[in-house]
Amino acid sequence: MPEKPDSKRVLEVRRLNVEIPVPGGMLRPVQDVSLHVDRGETLCVVGESGCGKSLTSLAIMDLLPSKANRTCDEMQLSGDNVFHIGERAMSDIRGDRMSMIFQEPMTSLNPAYTIGNQLAEALQRHRKVSSDEARERAIYLLEKVGITAAASRLGQYPHQLSGGLRQRVMIAMALMCGPDLIIADEPTTALDVTIQAQILHLLADLQREFRMGMILITHDLGVVARIADRVAVMYAGQVVETGTADQIFNAPQHPYTRGLLDCIPIPGKTKRGARLGAIPGIVPSLVGHMQGCHFASRCPQLHEACKMKNIDLLPTAQSGHVCRCLLTQGSDAAARKAEGAVS
Amino acid sequence: MLYYTLKRLGVAVLVAITVSVLSFSMIYLSGDPAVALAGEGASNEDIENVRRVYGFDQPIIVQYGSWLVQALQGNLGHSNYLKAPVASVIFERLPTTMLLGACSLAFALLLAIPLGVVAAIRPNSILDRAALSVAVVGQAMPSFWFALTLILWFGITWRLLPITGTDSWKNFIMPSMALGYYLTPAVMRLTRAGMLEVLSSDYIRTARAKGLRPMTVLFKHALRNAIIPVVSLAAVQFGFMLGGSIVIETIFAINGLGYLAWESIQRADLPMMQAIVLVLSIFYILLTFLADMLNAFLDPRIRVA
Repeated sequence: MPEKPDSKRVLEVRRLNVEIPVPGGMLRPVQDVSLHVDRGETLCVVGESGCGKSLTSLAIMDLLPSKANRTCDEMQLSGDNVFHIGERAMSDIRGDRMSMIFQEPMTSLNPAYTIGNQLAEALQRHRKVSSDEARERAIYLLEKVGITAAASRLGQYPHQLSGGLRQRVMIAMALMCGPDLIIADEPTTALDVTIQAQILHLLADLQREFRMGMILITHDLGVVARIADRVAVMYAGQVVETGTADQIFNAPQHPYTRGLLDCIPIPGKTKRGARLGAIPGIVPSLVGHMQGCHFASRCPQLHEACKMKNIDLLPTAQSGHVCRCLLTQGSDAAARKAEGAVS
Repeated sequence: MLYYTLKRLGVAVLVAITVSVLSFSMIYLSGDPAVALAGEGASNEDIENVRRVYGFDQPIIVQYGSWLVQALQGNLGHSNYLKAPVASVIFERLPTTMLLGACSLAFALLLAIPLGVVAAIRPNSILDRAALSVAVVGQAMPSFWFALTLILWFGITWRLLPITGTDSWKNFIMPSMALGYYLTPAVMRLTRAGMLEVLSSDYIRTARAKGLRPMTVLFKHALRNAIIPVVSLAAVQFGFMLGGSIVIETIFAINGLGYLAWESIQRADLPMMQAIVLVLSIFYILLTFLADMLNAFLDPRIRVA
């Protein structure tokens, strides 16, 4: 097959919106979200609970609740459109070219079927393979995800496994067809702290080994620092800043990102007894249309202009680093804003 | 699994013993059995004779013991009215009732489970409402009235089906519908509720994330889990049907156990009634045991309990 010119790009999402009708009006939990992931790259999506991280990933997988409605300018998986292609075509892609790992390993496996059955099924749905071949692939991947005595595990039921083991099974299941893209939605939230690190290392290793694109959704910035290539920070349904891990951690531009980083104690740096940072205020309601910057109500550097109109992602001085803030430095807008702020 | 089986079996045996005690004590329901047996106008001497011959003068525990030994050997007593051993009469009638029960259950499940599934796919849709209406009508309508309506339409107006007897399979259609329809609402609601719960569970989302076809998701992953409580209900209801067939068998003049029970009640044939209660109870216990085993087969989590 001839290499497509942009075949490095695994996922390209531009201007994704999700709307859910609720009793009080229209909830807009995901607004104008653009993401892209390259082959062999890990994108971490961070943000607090309810900022739209999970719904973004479900929207990409087309697994939103039936009430929810999504719109999008562009959604491509390795160059092929995957937006509104119909449930049949979409189900051909799900689990094959892109797969997902969920937050809750305890309830994400069907209690009525063996591990082997559920693993094999993922492969046999998309490939014409015998059950023996599917079984071999399952054993191979169970060993890959660090499960001992893999062959004997195939006959076990989910309730016979611990949470950590179940999440490993979920990871193996997601890898059955060798996907281009893997989306992990807070895969370690429900696990013990000691297991969390193991699972994350495992994910990072597998991602490197199989050269997949990976989206890791998390609210744990410590995790992000360890395994992210690039980071997208989400707040109130929008991506407010995105850039390389280095750019985000060392030169954060958006007041929200800076506030978020201030909340983390750093051993050696944070003084004993000193108060940790906190962002005052609460997240705005996402029902109905919102004028201006979503962070305006909590921002320490608020200007009049912030509430006037919606703000686009603006380029910073460094390439690939964009920020949804009028104060963004290095951009023309920032210069203009600086003039405006004086008056 | 072996431990679970033994445990359920133990429970079944205990229940069977309890039932046998209750069944045995039915002899004393109508007062002194010796007086009843000796008949009207019998002298005190006659009554004492009967009491001695039938062993009613023995301590009650001894009476129960000898009755139980007899029952276990298949001797359930002698019908005063039919002048025949109770056991042979019962086992002659039992297959008919079993067949009727099985047909009714099949009718109920074949109607209720698809209705429940369809209702759960789109809750509160027109289909859901329609399925619910079918169920509510079944719940509200007395089975004897439904049976008579069926007779009127299919038997008399259109002359499609025979009204009475057990000569061919056609005879079983209307009774099975009448008896089975009564069970439909419960099964349908349980299936619907189970499916709704299961369909919103995480493992269904996993199944969809694997790209499985909607039908595979629905039947392999959802129904398999939603059906587990239905199995218990169906098994218990099958026992109920064996008893509940009393009305339906009478209406359709089917020579089954229910009809026999009704006749025996009218004739005050106490040994027969006693034996029917015992036999039906034992069936009920067997069915419950069977339901437990089926549940364990369907739900791997039960097996270790």
